[in-house]
Amino acid sequence: MHRIALYKAMALGIAAAAGLTLAACGSSGGKSNPLSGGGGSKSVVIGSANFPESQLLATIYQQALQAKGIKVTTKLNIGAREVYYPLIRKGTITILPEYNGALLTTSVSPSSTAASTAQVDAALKAGLPSTLEILNPSTAQDADSVTVTAAFAKKYHLKSIPDLKPIAKNMVFGGPPEFRTRADGLIGLKKNYGLVFKNFKPTDTSSTITFTDLMNGSVQAADVFTTSPQIISDHFVVLADPKNNFAAQNVLPLVYKPGVNAKIIGILNAVSAALSQTALLQMDSALVVQHASYSQVASGFLSATGLG
Amino acid sequence: MSFFNFAWQWLIAVGHWSGPEGVPSRLLEHVEYTALAMVISAAVGLPAGVIIGHFGRGGFAVVSLANIWRSLPTLGLLILAFVLSSGASWAWLIPLVALAVPPILVNAYEGVLGVDPDLKDAATGMGMTPLQVLFKVEIPVALPLILLGLRTATIQVVSTATIAAYISLGGLGRYIIDGLATNNYGEVAGGAALVVLLALVVQFAFSGLTRLIVPAGLRNQARQS
Amino acid sequence: MSWASQNASMLAHLTGQNAYLALLPVLFGLVISLPLGIACVRFGWLYPPVLGLTSVLYALPALALFVALIAYTGLTDTTVIIPLSVYAVSVIFPSVVDGLRSVPEPVRQAAVAMGFGAWRRLVTVELPIATPVVIAGLRIASVSSISLVSVGSLIGIGGLGYLFTDGEARSFTTEIVWGVVLIVALALVTDSVLVLVRRLLTPWQREVASTHPVRRLSVLGGRPGGGDVPA
Repeated sequence: MHRIALYKAMALGIAAAAGLTLAACGSSGGKSNPLSGGGGSKSVVIGSANFPESQLLATIYQQALQAKGIKVTTKLNIGAREVYYPLIRKGTITILPEYNGALLTTSVSPSSTAASTAQVDAALKAGLPSTLEILNPSTAQDADSVTVTAAFAKKYHLKSIPDLKPIAKNMVFGGPPEFRTRADGLIGLKKNYGLVFKNFKPTDTSSTITFTDLMNGSVQAADVFTTSPQIISDHFVVLADPKNNFAAQNVLPLVYKPGVNAKIIGILNAVSAALSQTALLQMDSALVVQHASYSQVASGFLSATGLG
Repeated sequence: MSFFNFAWQWLIAVGHWSGPEGVPSRLLEHVEYTALAMVISAAVGLPAGVIIGHFGRGGFAVVSLANIWRSLPTLGLLILAFVLSSGASWAWLIPLVALAVPPILVNAYEGVLGVDPDLKDAATGMGMTPLQVLFKVEIPVALPLILLGLRTATIQVVSTATIAAYISLGGLGRYIIDGLATNNYGEVAGGAALVVLLALVVQFAFSGLTRLIVPAGLRNQARQS
Repeated sequence: MSWASQNASMLAHLTGQNAYLALLPVLFGLVISLPLGIACVRFGWLYPPVLGLTSVLYALPALALFVALIAYTGLTDTTVIIPLSVYAVSVIFPSVVDGLRSVPEPVRQAAVAMGFGAWRRLVTVELPIATPVVIAGLRIASVSSISLVSVGSLIGIGGLGYLFTDGEARSFTTEIVWGVVLIVALALVTDSVLVLVRRLLTPWQREVASTHPVRRLSVLGGRPGGGDVPA
């Protein structure tokens, strides 16, 4: 009889464990790329990339929409564009803060040579799938760049990217891991300027590791986002890009059309209109230098511009 | 089993096995980081653990060390080490050693502490000096636990070195971090599979080593307690 | 620190998230380990292979397991919960076996002599005596689980690990330090709560501090559990 009791205990235990495990298993992958899995939802979902400015913009969009009574959920810090773009294509995400040039060359049309805001937007409108749409661009831009320290620029008389040609083969270049494979990354620098570096060091998305490495010489040049406050505070030199390897990168919302309506579009366009380069720089400084919280900085911007 | 598919497809691509970013190169890097961290950690942890265990004091400190060690978050320590050393190229080594020393020390301590006092008595009775008792009786008897500590530490180091790719370190973790950044799940899966295989090799190597070095009588004693 | 007090609600939210992501797996681990352990005590031949399997699983690096799960569960909480549950089983299951085996034979025989069936014996005698050892395993599982959740921030899963990635992104060392402090604090608090639970569940054990080092096997290897650690 005790044997039966034991079997009962085992059966119960196994059933409980199995049940709990099954219940815990959320929606499964089974898609062609597991990194793009995830369920969709009915309310407006705002996503962001995995760097502070993107999270800030998403928070601004969120607060602006919520102020007008729209229901919003957020999915912040998803990852690089390579990860989150498939999500908005599917409609899992409804709204993303984007940079038109980077979006174009990374995910829509890598071979595009569009350079100015107008050219980039036109190319995007032509190339985006029918379910996606870019809204009006703001005047604020945050572009990738090739940046060096002031000392390094002075030593080698560097003002623009072509100046690197003679010394590139002795240089280590730093940037986020995706810079290695993106069309306007190492590939574009080689194609447009003939630059071949000694080595590429994966650092991060224009934050602590990148700047520390530039300062201590672990890398001699790096992909720095042009609104990084450290450029001014630590006297970095952003090299000119005469051949427009990096196209215009205006901040604008990318939306999944079936998930938005005219009211939402109107609110987002108003935000973009109010977003000046100065405002963006100030907000980034608040985040990175003063370490204010995202929601504080976002609500500060919205009340200052009368939108929140 | 899509993880295994992705990993397999990535691993059988010949291009992934050559060059500075190829598997042999990254694997070697990973082994080098592990070996360096382990040599330093063992050099610190073994003597400390043996000595503390021999004198039988400091038990509370040792237990507290064990508790705190287990709670330390590796990612946080790695980033802090990078920031506090201003991005030194050896920054990664500090958390690796910090996380490897406690298991080595605590297990060596417990091993030596747990030596049957009768054995030590008999040895002293046979005329051995305290140092001889230490090296000929205590350490050999403590060997199963010492090896266990070394095994735990090595696996901890392999795991931490993987995460250290986040602060630009090379090694197998690069495949995971870079793959995540570029949405290349094949690379992620390949890297994860390699890391798992390395951990398994370490696990089995230590089992084999224990079987080789530790006399059968001691092995059984450790397992059954 | 003023930053912490200004962001107290965010910190509290992250701490709660971390606790959930860490302790739910420990609960799963316990639920799985109890019947598994009982079976391995009853059928002794089961123990070595199962123990071998769990020690191998415990050796697998967390980041590798998390990303491996992405193929099946995407970038969700489950991706972190399943591997942490596996680790929890690896730690708790040997404790259950050790605990049950630590029941003194005379006590078991007395229970048999009194007419207790196997089920009743298990529930009223053996498991209570095994409790301190099982709780020792729970402590280890909980502490390491709380710390390992932070690795999940590399795949965007919540918890206090967010303070690491955000602190790195904004060059905000204070935030990173707070992440470490809160994780260690959460772990120590959880550990203390479990010690309290043990004291409540085993009132007969008061002051029987096991300062007997010989039987206290190390808890830092593939043989977790062993004796009780004096609090």
